[in-house]
Amino acid sequence: MTSTTIERPGRTGGPGTGPPASTSARRGRFRVRITGSAIGDRVYGAAVTAFAICVPLLLLLIAIEIASAGWPAFRRFGFSFLTSSAWDPVKGTFGAAPAIYGTLVSSLLALLLATPLALGVAVFLSEFAPRAIRQPVAFLVDLLAAIPSVVYGLWGIFVLVPVLRSPVMPFLRDTLHLGGIPLFSGPAYGPSMLAAGVILAIMILPYISSVSREVLLAVPRSQREAALALGATRWETISGAVIPFAKSGIIGGIILGLGRALGETMAVTMLIGNRPQISASLFAPGYTMASLIANEFSEASGDLHLSALMAVGFTLFVITLIVNGIARWLVWQVSRSAGGRAG
Amino acid sequence: MTAPAPAAGAAGAAGVAASGGMLRPPGSEAARGSVAARRFSFWYGAKQALTEIDLDIAPRTITALIGPSGCGKSTFLRAVNRMHDLVPGTRHEGKILLDGRDVYDPSVDPTTLRRRVGMVFQRWNCFPKSIYDNVAYGPRINTSLPRAQLDQIVEASLRRAALWDEVKDRLRQSALSLSGGQQQRLCIARTLANDPEVLLLDEPASALDPIATQKIEELIFELKRELTIVIVTHNLQQAARASDYTAFFYLGRLIEVGSTERMFTAPREERTNSYITGRFG
Ligand SMILES: Nc1ncnc2c1ncn2[C@@H]1O[C@H](COP(=O)(O)OP(=O)(O)OP(=O)(O)O)[C@@H](O)[C@H]1O
Ligand SMILES: [Mg+2]
Repeated sequence: MTSTTIERPGRTGGPGTGPPASTSARRGRFRVRITGSAIGDRVYGAAVTAFAICVPLLLLLIAIEIASAGWPAFRRFGFSFLTSSAWDPVKGTFGAAPAIYGTLVSSLLALLLATPLALGVAVFLSEFAPRAIRQPVAFLVDLLAAIPSVVYGLWGIFVLVPVLRSPVMPFLRDTLHLGGIPLFSGPAYGPSMLAAGVILAIMILPYISSVSREVLLAVPRSQREAALALGATRWETISGAVIPFAKSGIIGGIILGLGRALGETMAVTMLIGNRPQISASLFAPGYTMASLIANEFSEASGDLHLSALMAVGFTLFVITLIVNGIARWLVWQVSRSAGGRAG
Repeated sequence: MTAPAPAAGAAGAAGVAASGGMLRPPGSEAARGSVAARRFSFWYGAKQALTEIDLDIAPRTITALIGPSGCGKSTFLRAVNRMHDLVPGTRHEGKILLDGRDVYDPSVDPTTLRRRVGMVFQRWNCFPKSIYDNVAYGPRINTSLPRAQLDQIVEASLRRAALWDEVKDRLRQSALSLSGGQQQRLCIARTLANDPEVLLLDEPASALDPIATQKIEELIFELKRELTIVIVTHNLQQAARASDYTAFFYLGRLIEVGSTERMFTAPREERTNSYITGRFG
């Protein structure tokens, strides 16, 4: 509606130029045009609104569908479905705690590994890289996102896992004497939480780095100049002016990566070991919600098993929503405390 | 548009020899902050932006750089504190001397130089941080002062920039919540916190309303007592009102320089005359 008002003068073509006598005539024509465009606007607006409503509706429908399918399992096990570690389709007891734990830990680990690396890549590409290699390197990094998940899984099995088993895990545990910390203790399994975390880190790196690169490049030149003119070195300019300015965008990129990591299925399933246990050690195998569903869905033995898998799906859905909610809130907080672009 | 404005109180530095060439107000020989260009030329890639500029700027004076758009005023200003360093493909010949020392000498650290030669830009560019953090930015990266001393510097700088009374109760608020004129004065305060000897201003008031502009002008006039000021402006009245000396640039060359009073009443060059009487520009 408001947009019609704004565009009015422009469309009728120079209302200021005509003789005063024709003002009313022009106004008449004016109205016709407005009505015409207003109808178009209304139809367009309605169509767009309908599409916009469809998406949340679809989301809601999916949520309801999964929730109702998982309901029998939730009702049977109650809260212990989320806290129990007993997942035994044969005995018919289902507790999803190891999978929830595995999803959160592997994603968090991926985030911890990928974020500094991705930020480094982004800063290098946006600030330091010579123009000639900027595009090619950015393209190659982005290409990481184009590799199919199953290929990552294969690579993980044949390259990553052997390398982790030796020398990486023994190195961390024995050479660096980190074995005292539960995270790095115990026997060095190949397929493990660590393997899943590393592969996830590689997979989400392009998302974080390309979003960060974009927001870093979008930082106005005036901000860099301000810092430089105050005697900042190049590095101080980047760390003290450019990155803080881009902070909320970078957090957005990290969240995008986290979202990917939480839901990633194939590669993780191939590397995490698929054992429903909660182990403090990253060297031990684990399970994630997504791989649990993927592994057992096709051969679900009975209605309760199926329902339990649906319940896991619903839990994953809710956790993803919560994580995204927290992320939104974080971005909002950051941009607000930074002074809010909007004022 | 502008008639040759009488330099109303501008060339106030009484007793200044209005001789165009050497600009030396009396009694300031010892003061630091003299700037001089010696046959300074500058190129963006193949394009020459400045040709053999020779200019002397005495300490504690205000020099206005005027000239039509694209004549190289900003280029010259930025050359003084080496803001071009990070622009690929630029090069220069000749010298720019700060207190007699070439700023492009390899032994000069550009970050030290930029602390001594502060710069304020046309479009205020406060950081999206609090007012306090904006002013404290320079001291924080350049020194490691205790908190109490930092507080003092922040207050003193805001006072010098005539902003203290307006913001003293809201130092923790975002700088972006200030008005345009206040933000520009905050940028000046932020620069002053480094305690520079020279202040370069590139059209600092061109995006401000008349009242905010007047405040900035008054502020600049106040600051002259403590530091050397070089200001680029398109506003000839502003140049006439606020500056001691005026330098007219045209097509990358310095056409004429002299006391503002003389430049606006009796320019020697025809091109200067045309410009200040508004016949081109
Ligand atoms: N980064 C750059 N790359 C290439 N050429 C440039 C660059 N910056 C400026 N120039 C050119 O150098 C010349 C001088 O520009 P400069 O910005 O110094 O002019 P100015 O006098 O400040 O103009 P204005 O009054 O419009 O600000 C212009 O011809 C401009 O096109
Ligand atoms: Mg300019």
